Amino acid sequence: MTQNEASFPPRIHSGATDPKPQRPVKSRDWMPIILIGIAIAYLALVLYIPAANVFFQAFKKGFGPFLSNLTRPAFLHAAWLTLILAVITVPLNTVFGLCAAWAITRHKFPGRAFVLSIIDLPFSISPVVAGLMIVLLYGRQGWFGGWLQEHGIRVIFAFPGMILATAFVTMPFVAREVIPVLEEFGKDQEEAARTLGAEDWQIFWRVTLPSIRWGLLYGVILTNARAMGEFGAVSVVSGNIADKTQSLPLFVEDAYKQYETEAAYSAAVLLALLAVVTLVLKEILERKTRIKDVE
Amino acid sequence: MAVSSPRSSPRQLIPPEPPVWKKFLSNLSRIPWTWRITVAYLTVMLFVPIAAMFLKAGTEPPAKFWEIATSPIALATYDVTFTTSVIASLLNGVFGTLIAWVLVRYKFPLKRIIEASVDLPFALPSAVAGLTLATVYSNNGWVGSLLAPLGIKVSFTRLGVAVAMTYISLPFVVRTVQPVLQEMEREIEEAAWSLGATQWQTFWKVIFPPLFPTILTGIALGFSRAVGEYGSTVIIASNTPFKDLIAPVLIFQRLEQYDYSGATVIGTVLLLISLVLLIGINLLQAWARRYDTK
Repeated sequence: MTQNEASFPPRIHSGATDPKPQRPVKSRDWMPIILIGIAIAYLALVLYIPAANVFFQAFKKGFGPFLSNLTRPAFLHAAWLTLILAVITVPLNTVFGLCAAWAITRHKFPGRAFVLSIIDLPFSISPVVAGLMIVLLYGRQGWFGGWLQEHGIRVIFAFPGMILATAFVTMPFVAREVIPVLEEFGKDQEEAARTLGAEDWQIFWRVTLPSIRWGLLYGVILTNARAMGEFGAVSVVSGNIADKTQSLPLFVEDAYKQYETEAAYSAAVLLALLAVVTLVLKEILERKTRIKDVE
Repeated sequence: MAVSSPRSSPRQLIPPEPPVWKKFLSNLSRIPWTWRITVAYLTVMLFVPIAAMFLKAGTEPPAKFWEIATSPIALATYDVTFTTSVIASLLNGVFGTLIAWVLVRYKFPLKRIIEASVDLPFALPSAVAGLTLATVYSNNGWVGSLLAPLGIKVSFTRLGVAVAMTYISLPFVVRTVQPVLQEMEREIEEAAWSLGATQWQTFWKVIFPPLFPTILTGIALGFSRAVGEYGSTVIIASNTPFKDLIAPVLIFQRLEQYDYSGATVIGTVLLLISLVLLIGINLLQAWARRYDTK
């Protein structure tokens, strides 16, 4: 005990003065190389080989067949539908996420952890179950089914259902990314603005939004990626009719099932590129927030 | 004091008692609009659908509910879902911790790209993942063809489901463990080394115990995601009952046959399981946070 206590000050000292160059203590041996090797091998088996395969399969016969697959009407319609899905659901969930994040971080109340869990709930619910819930609400025998039918509105096996399903599975992303940023940013500047006579709306636009913009953007990008890529929930409610209610991920599966592997992979390349862009932007945004942290 | 206050307060509370709903409404109007939007959106998108599900399940007589929920085909799907999810999340528990360790502690070329790529399963749509995993692990695929001579068939079997689930739950352990590992003080480790502990001992006795709740949280998060996964598993599996049919796919098949009560019952079971998992994960996170204060 006493020995431990006696040896503490110099250790803290060395850590405080040079945090970086303390690595060559014992890591000179082969251990890191083996561990890095295992890690990369595992990642290769689960991630890299499958990811490389997407591009290999799509361009196996060259660029021409790839392009001709991408000009099919069914594909173009699916891509268009996917885009519209994102255009509608991303702003919707951004507004909700901002409101939820603001409400949770700017008001003290009991049961905050509980509310946070509720916001996370859509992530832990299986997409198929999410789709099923929407069917039970808006389907022919659902709660609102009768009313909708009287008014001639189709939700299930139609585009509105797909929007509901996509909005459901992407609900928590923005709130989740914005809450920690808002919490760290604190209320001080907002309160200062308020004492200077700013209104809520002005405070939000001039003070809060600029300081959370990277976190917000990050959340929006994740929402967009999931909205364009969602398969399970959308396929339950869409009916999956080519040229009508088929989004890009549904097109991929449908083409694969019809043994049109090349068409499936051509569309998959587009979705994979979306994933790559998402990851790159995510990396950039993470670095931006990290630089701010250091300051 | 304790006796007098309840006597006096009812008297004061009596006048506003009749319009309780009015008081409730006036309270509502005082709620900030951010809360109103949040609660309204959550109600429409989350609470009402969940209520619809439970109420629909409630219309089944309990005996029939139980019969559908425990029918042989349903039990077989739970079995496949849970065994494969457990295998996948434990596998990621081990390798995810290792990847987090490597990313935090070592420097090597392309580290940035490798680090960013861990999130690929979050970004790559599950239909694409299922498609390419099914090809790569099929008998004539890049990896599957190496396993086929050993008599191991992956695509269109339970093993394939496990591979898809491993893919989908990979980031959870890495991303949960990484920040904790980053914040852990190296001084304690170095103290252990200087006292003569081997690397192995240092890991098991110094690093692992405080990290364990975090690893477990990551495994639970991955598990909860794997249990509900649909897109990638439906493509890589043959979806044959009693072989590799998982619970979410069974729900989908029931819906396709317009068997709403069947779908609802199994969906309710799955929903309850994910709610239990969510509570469990919250408890685990609270446990892991205990080490923070130290």
